[in-house]
Amino acid sequence: MSVSPNTRPAGHKPPFWRDRAKRALIFQLLLVAAVAAFLLYIVGNVQDNLSARGITTGFGFLGNTAGFGIVQSLIDYSSQSTYGRTFLVGLLNTLLVGGLGVLAATIIGFIVGIARLSPNWLLARLATAYIETFRNIPLLLQIFFWYFAVLRTLPSARDSLAFGEALFLNVRGLYLPQPLFESGFGLIPLTFLVAIVASIALVIWNKRRHEATGKRLPAYWISFLLIFGLPLLVLVATGVPVTWEMPELRGFNFRGGITVIPEFLALWLALSIYTASFIAEIVRSGIQAISHGQTEAAQALSLPRNLVLRLVVIPQALRVIIPPLTSQYLNLIKNSSLATAIGYPDLVSVFAGTTLNQTGQAIEVIAMTMAVYLTISLLVSMFMNWFNARVALVER
Amino acid sequence: MKTVRWLGVGIGVLVPAMAMASTLETVQERDSVRCGVNAAQPGFSSLDDDDQYRGLDTDVCRAIAAAALGDATKVDFVPLDSVERFTALQSGEVDVLSRTTTWTSSRDTTMGMNFTGVSYYDGQAFMVASDLGVQSAKELDGAAVCTQSGTTSELNLSDYFRINGMTYDAVVFDAPEQSIAGFEAGRCDVLSSDASQLYAQRMQLADPDMAVVLPEIISKEPLGPAVRQNDDQWFNLVKWSLFAMLNAEELGITQANVDEQLNSENPDVMRLLGQDGDFGEPMGINTDWAYQIIKQVGNYADIFDKNVGADSDFKIARGLNALWKDGGIQYAPPIR
Repeated sequence: MSVSPNTRPAGHKPPFWRDRAKRALIFQLLLVAAVAAFLLYIVGNVQDNLSARGITTGFGFLGNTAGFGIVQSLIDYSSQSTYGRTFLVGLLNTLLVGGLGVLAATIIGFIVGIARLSPNWLLARLATAYIETFRNIPLLLQIFFWYFAVLRTLPSARDSLAFGEALFLNVRGLYLPQPLFESGFGLIPLTFLVAIVASIALVIWNKRRHEATGKRLPAYWISFLLIFGLPLLVLVATGVPVTWEMPELRGFNFRGGITVIPEFLALWLALSIYTASFIAEIVRSGIQAISHGQTEAAQALSLPRNLVLRLVVIPQALRVIIPPLTSQYLNLIKNSSLATAIGYPDLVSVFAGTTLNQTGQAIEVIAMTMAVYLTISLLVSMFMNWFNARVALVER
Repeated sequence: MKTVRWLGVGIGVLVPAMAMASTLETVQERDSVRCGVNAAQPGFSSLDDDDQYRGLDTDVCRAIAAAALGDATKVDFVPLDSVERFTALQSGEVDVLSRTTTWTSSRDTTMGMNFTGVSYYDGQAFMVASDLGVQSAKELDGAAVCTQSGTTSELNLSDYFRINGMTYDAVVFDAPEQSIAGFEAGRCDVLSSDASQLYAQRMQLADPDMAVVLPEIISKEPLGPAVRQNDDQWFNLVKWSLFAMLNAEELGITQANVDEQLNSENPDVMRLLGQDGDFGEPMGINTDWAYQIIKQVGNYADIFDKNVGADSDFKIARGLNALWKDGGIQYAPPIR
């Protein structure tokens, strides 16, 4: 800092371009201005060109009637609904397959990852074979495999595979009975909530009691009984206020009940199985990252094996597992846009496909679709970062 | 694929509006017409055994090239699916879209494109498996219907079922090959599309007798070539290329006899073939533009019969597509 202004004689201020801090500020302002000017130019240019080519712009189209049918919708939708509604339907379908995919991939991934470390030779080799197979085949091919090779070989609606009188599987999908709740059913979710709160209280009380007296109850077993037993008890006590709507073969297809379309099954299976192979490797590396000395030290304290895992190995392994796991979750959600290849009505297929094509408003539709994926990804990232901060090693 | 087209739009809108040359200049500079067509729709546009595109739509492209460049072979065919097609035209990736596209008001007015005429009058129909024993589309309540994404079929379908108080499940695919595969595998009971396309797809089935096309036609589907808005010169050229083929049929000028017809004394024939007056120059092309179309591609009857009509596998009757004087509605304004 030989040119620091402080070393100069007082009253002799240097010109501003010699001051490093001011210079940096000016450059940053120039950069911001340049970026803003560039964006303005792009937006203006897009508008000029679109109007020059006679292409309608703006978001007014979202209020127009869509006029096409969508095969799977979680909210009320008919062809008389608006384009805005098709956006919501597509978004929810994306979230559905993304959410269930994350859940299934995590479960399969953890099981396979732990199995790969199993001392059982056959189990470990099976897990390795699973990982190496599904990790190395392109996802799109796997989606086609499940859709065309597996689900298309199912029988037609009239020769469905029936499981009892309630479950039917055919080329049109999986048909399940739908529960219809009668009045008085509201008590059951309420009991469920009460049981959860009671269980949390029990676990906390048990922990304090354990620290104070060294005595402990099997709190987890009691909670399990509370959460599942209590609502069941109420269910029986109120005379089971649920009726089941059974799927029935009427005309061409099964009607009534819940229909799981084959496009959903294929996409969900492919996404879960593919991502699970990566998660399995992440789990394995996380567990192997904990040095064996830690386990031995815990065993030397004569901790039982389940406590060694729960108190020593898993908390440290999670630190290694969570960050790459986040990327896998994001990948899975983004990969769900491959749905359009087999006609699953996700956001890309319904909104960026059909709606874009019927309205011709490519820029608005694609911008909205990109914004959705960005928002979902950022939210997942934020949650996982928060979770990571919670499980991170706190050094004292 | 789709991303590439969207990128096309992105790049298209980055180019300043001023710098756009007229389409005809671009075409002449490049020495070829870029024509958006179906990848695989037998009769309208599909690859033959020699990897050449054949079909009614592709012959319309060839006629445009014959008029604009004097050579019907100077066409670059760009296969497009139903979702990509408009973006490809808007962004300038193709000069003309000749891809069994229905002329509707919203496409004409809000999408920055203009339809130049009708090369084939079609209508939407239903194809069902024979063993269902369905006789009429009115019996299709509750059926699963395969259709193509982003088409007028998708919209007509929903109107038809609603008007008749019926429900349906829409199974929507991007490409016709996928929807036919879905139909064949039994994913849907019904395949719905333009009648001409259904007849072609029925021929593609492993066993064409497994399916029947129901008699109901539920919509008007005037199919024709489309160009970008605001280039009237190119719009005129494409429009009159089609009209020239219709006028040639009306005047009895065929690909086989066009050279004899050059000696004709009929003033209508002389004007069409460039023997009297110059109707090419105002469009920026040669005097013999219509002669080149007929000589190299044929008149409307030639291309209809060869691709979808009597001389093809499909044997589709002229029906609405016959000339007005033969009981159809194909009618071209006169050249004079």
